[in-house]
Amino acid sequence: MPELLVIWGPLLLAAAHIVVFTAWTVWISFTASTLMPANEFVGLRNYSSVLATRNWKIAFDNLFVFGGGFVAFTMLTGLLLAILIDQRIRGENVLRSIFLYPMAVSFVVTGVVWSWLLNPGMGIQKLVNDFGWAGFRFDWIVDREMAIWTIVLAGVWQAAGFAMALLLAGLRSVEPDLIKAAQIDGAGPVRMYTRVILPTLWPIMVAVLVILLQMAITTFDLVRALTGGGPGIATQLPALVVYDFMFQRGQIGRGAAAAVLMFLILLGVLVPHALFKYARKRRAADA
Amino acid sequence: MPAWGRLLAHGIVWALGIAFLVPFAVVVLNSLRTAQEIAQSAMIGWPESWAFSNYAEAWSEFCVAQSCTGLRPFMWNSAAVTIPATVISTLLGAIAGYAISLWRFRGDTWIFGLVTLGIFLPQQVRLIPWTFVLRDIGLINTLTGLVVIHTIQGMSFTTLFCRNYYVSIPQDLMKAARIDGAGFFRTFFRIVLPLSPPILIVTVIWQFTHIWNEFLYGVTFTTGSQQPVTAALIGLNAAIADVPQYGVQSAAVVLAALPTLLVYLFGGKYFLRGLTAGAVK
Repeated sequence: MPELLVIWGPLLLAAAHIVVFTAWTVWISFTASTLMPANEFVGLRNYSSVLATRNWKIAFDNLFVFGGGFVAFTMLTGLLLAILIDQRIRGENVLRSIFLYPMAVSFVVTGVVWSWLLNPGMGIQKLVNDFGWAGFRFDWIVDREMAIWTIVLAGVWQAAGFAMALLLAGLRSVEPDLIKAAQIDGAGPVRMYTRVILPTLWPIMVAVLVILLQMAITTFDLVRALTGGGPGIATQLPALVVYDFMFQRGQIGRGAAAAVLMFLILLGVLVPHALFKYARKRRAADA
Repeated sequence: MPAWGRLLAHGIVWALGIAFLVPFAVVVLNSLRTAQEIAQSAMIGWPESWAFSNYAEAWSEFCVAQSCTGLRPFMWNSAAVTIPATVISTLLGAIAGYAISLWRFRGDTWIFGLVTLGIFLPQQVRLIPWTFVLRDIGLINTLTGLVVIHTIQGMSFTTLFCRNYYVSIPQDLMKAARIDGAGFFRTFFRIVLPLSPPILIVTVIWQFTHIWNEFLYGVTFTTGSQQPVTAALIGLNAAIADVPQYGVQSAAVVLAALPTLLVYLFGGKYFLRGLTAGAVK
């Protein structure tokens, strides 16, 4: 049966690579592998050494600042844009295309472009200085404390249109009867959104939230292109730590441990979401 | 809503729209300014003399890491990875999606669930295994190696997209085909494929943008002249720190971003559909 081969061949390869590769990386994370894989089992030693490095600690702290800032501001910007565009705005199609176009370019391009704009010697700061406001400072990118916010800024620019598109689709699918009923009750525009429309939108918000968190946890390209993890290691994120261990220090055991830790953080988002979706489906089926 | 409210909404949303355009507009304008002009003012400014030669230089003369070939070979590398990987992964996804949703076979839901798990598996978890697999099959530092990676990984998305589209094809059509004695492939080519253009466009656009924009595998598994354009662009940006040539560099950024931007410009509707399909899962 040739079709059996065509059906199972590619599917088995795709499925096997997911299962085997995950198991493989997990196994390596428990071994004394350095440049080459070694089969000597060392228990959690790689994990404890990764967790003890300054690199990981900074990356982990940064993940909360960056993840929190990126998700919150992307969501808020996306929601604001969606609500505004929902007001029968002239040129809606053009605007929607404008807000979504950053999603079509790579994080590398986004990072390079923003690294120029944020460079105090030639970007926004220089422009404002040249206009006559000599004291104006916008040098987050070279400031250890603020540099992580440049990644938030570029990330929000890239992803806000995505949040807008999904939320707008949600706004447009609200039951017209619900809105009419609220109008009859005399609800103003603000009450209409906060009390009637937004509460129906939360399943979409949760879906957007989960995708944005997934993006945040696996962020790599953007940081490499924008700050390279610097100044110093001030904008380190978990994905950069993984890469650093694996390919710059030649410690694949520790690199694998860092990758598994990163995956566990991601699962901390994905598993509750899957359970939540499952529970909702069950409830809908029972009702 | 009162008239002033609508006016305010228009003002805010258009101001934000312009703000979103600024970063790319700045780069496009810079790509047309000479190095001296940029050095004298800021990155942000209107070109005084239109330096179209920046593009010629970025395309074929510019030096990245000691090789003065411009961006051209790296753009070709990206195309040589993206196009085959997009076509093959889409085709395999269409066949798999059809088999799972319409043909049905023992273990179909099970294998489908497993394959779509790949959507959530971070690249970092696959890096070490891919390194050894590529080395063992002799494809490390080759474009073919990247095609293999993106084809296999891409199947998670392409299978999901196609399967979710094909489930809405009525089973009666399948029954009729079977009564006519049509087999697996005949049914696929005669009945399923003609119904597929909408989902195939979505899948192709999704795969094309993702593979073209991919960076981590490109930078990990290839070096030097084998690198895709995203990896080369980072090298170019780092190398430029010594002798800034922002005009040429901006032209390089525009060129690297152009293929996916064009796809977006002409297939925005399908691009959005892919994003939504990926999000709802």
